[in-house]
Amino acid sequence: MSESQSNEEATTSATLYERIGGEAAVNAAVELFYRKVLNDYRINRFFGNSDMDTQIAKQKAFFTMAFGGPNNYTGQDMRNAHAHLVKMGLDSSHFDAVMEHLGATLVELNVPAELIAEAAAIAESTRNDVLGK
Amino acid sequence: MTKLTIEGKTYSCQPNETVLEALLRGQVAISHACKKGTCHSCMVRSLNAAPPEAAQAGLKSTLKTHHHFLACLCHPEQDMVIKLPDQSEFYTDGTVVVNDMLNRNTLLLIIAFKDAFEFNAGQFVNLQRADGLTRCYSIANTPQESNTLEFHIRRLSGGRFSEWLHDGIKAGDTIAVSEPRGHCFYLPERRGQGLLLVGTGTGLAPLAGILTDALAHGHSGPIYLFHGSREVEDLYRIDELRQLVAQHQNFHYMPCLSGPHVPEGFTAGRANEVALATFADLKGWRIFLCGHPAMVNQMKTMVFLKGASSADIYADAFLSTPA
Repeated sequence: MSESQSNEEATTSATLYERIGGEAAVNAAVELFYRKVLNDYRINRFFGNSDMDTQIAKQKAFFTMAFGGPNNYTGQDMRNAHAHLVKMGLDSSHFDAVMEHLGATLVELNVPAELIAEAAAIAESTRNDVLGK
Repeated sequence: MTKLTIEGKTYSCQPNETVLEALLRGQVAISHACKKGTCHSCMVRSLNAAPPEAAQAGLKSTLKTHHHFLACLCHPEQDMVIKLPDQSEFYTDGTVVVNDMLNRNTLLLIIAFKDAFEFNAGQFVNLQRADGLTRCYSIANTPQESNTLEFHIRRLSGGRFSEWLHDGIKAGDTIAVSEPRGHCFYLPERRGQGLLLVGTGTGLAPLAGILTDALAHGHSGPIYLFHGSREVEDLYRIDELRQLVAQHQNFHYMPCLSGPHVPEGFTAGRANEVALATFADLKGWRIFLCGHPAMVNQMKTMVFLKGASSADIYADAFLSTPA
């Protein structure tokens, strides 16, 4: 988010992160989401190989970012973090599957549709960096 | 301005600074990454006071109890004495009072101390030989009992330390013991919650401590212990655990054997698989997993998928040091 955007939002309305429920919302979403991912044969090989607590911390960072919450991730960080997965064959179809689970998780938590759309748009904006394109 | 002390050195923390920022400014080599409380890489421990609640957001309750906190989220409310995770450990000398065999390859080692040794049942310590050789072992008893620590030591063929403990020490010998570590232990909260304990081999050691502690605190929820090995000769404490079953209605004990010979009273199969088959849903359960690293890591995922919350999954993987 650029300086001008965040200033503008602060003056007009609360951020998506605040409207969606902040850290409590992230915590509620992460476990639901991660269970869906681990149960999905299309993508679980990209998620299951490191320690579970580490993975959950990463998913928490992902949700914080998708909700427009405080994060320090740059496009380059996204590229670096996912480079080894791209080598394993990570492509757009896998990204789509993750987006599907993100949406389903938020629906399950009764997040209003317009907020889900906002979160999805933020997550979608990382597609090229994640896939190293 | 507050003062931060690490190993006798003092650093100042300005009013708007976090502990992490102050220490980095003071050129302290502290690991860190996200600076937002997410990655937990800057977790440190307060030695003098409870850290601010906000600096413990997202940590497991057992870590909170021991005053661990995230340096990047901490605006100190008072002067703090801080321990970094890689800081050198303090050792105390203990005296060997018991070394008996629990089964054909597991030694019961009890070490006594002059003063009370503070720990939580289920934690582990490093034992150190006079020449500096060091290995970590789980504590098998509870702190209420006496100024002693109990260990279950499996003989590893070619394992220099376990062979020394089995063959080289006797009652009266001195052994150096580190401060207790690890966050796989019981906290007396939510006493009606179900507890699932799964261990292989000497993974029973920390679980026995956790079990004793939970029963002593009057835990009222169901407690299931699955202890596994290949052959019946490699299980131990079978009679004692059966006696606990007779005394406590809520305690259930399942000794599991993965080998071909399964006598009556034992369950056929690997302890972790038998445990998973026993429960359709582990939502709301507190889980303790100890033993073989592959079993522990696989089970963490499996119990999570069965509904256990990651904050309620405590694990202690036994890594053996190459000889």
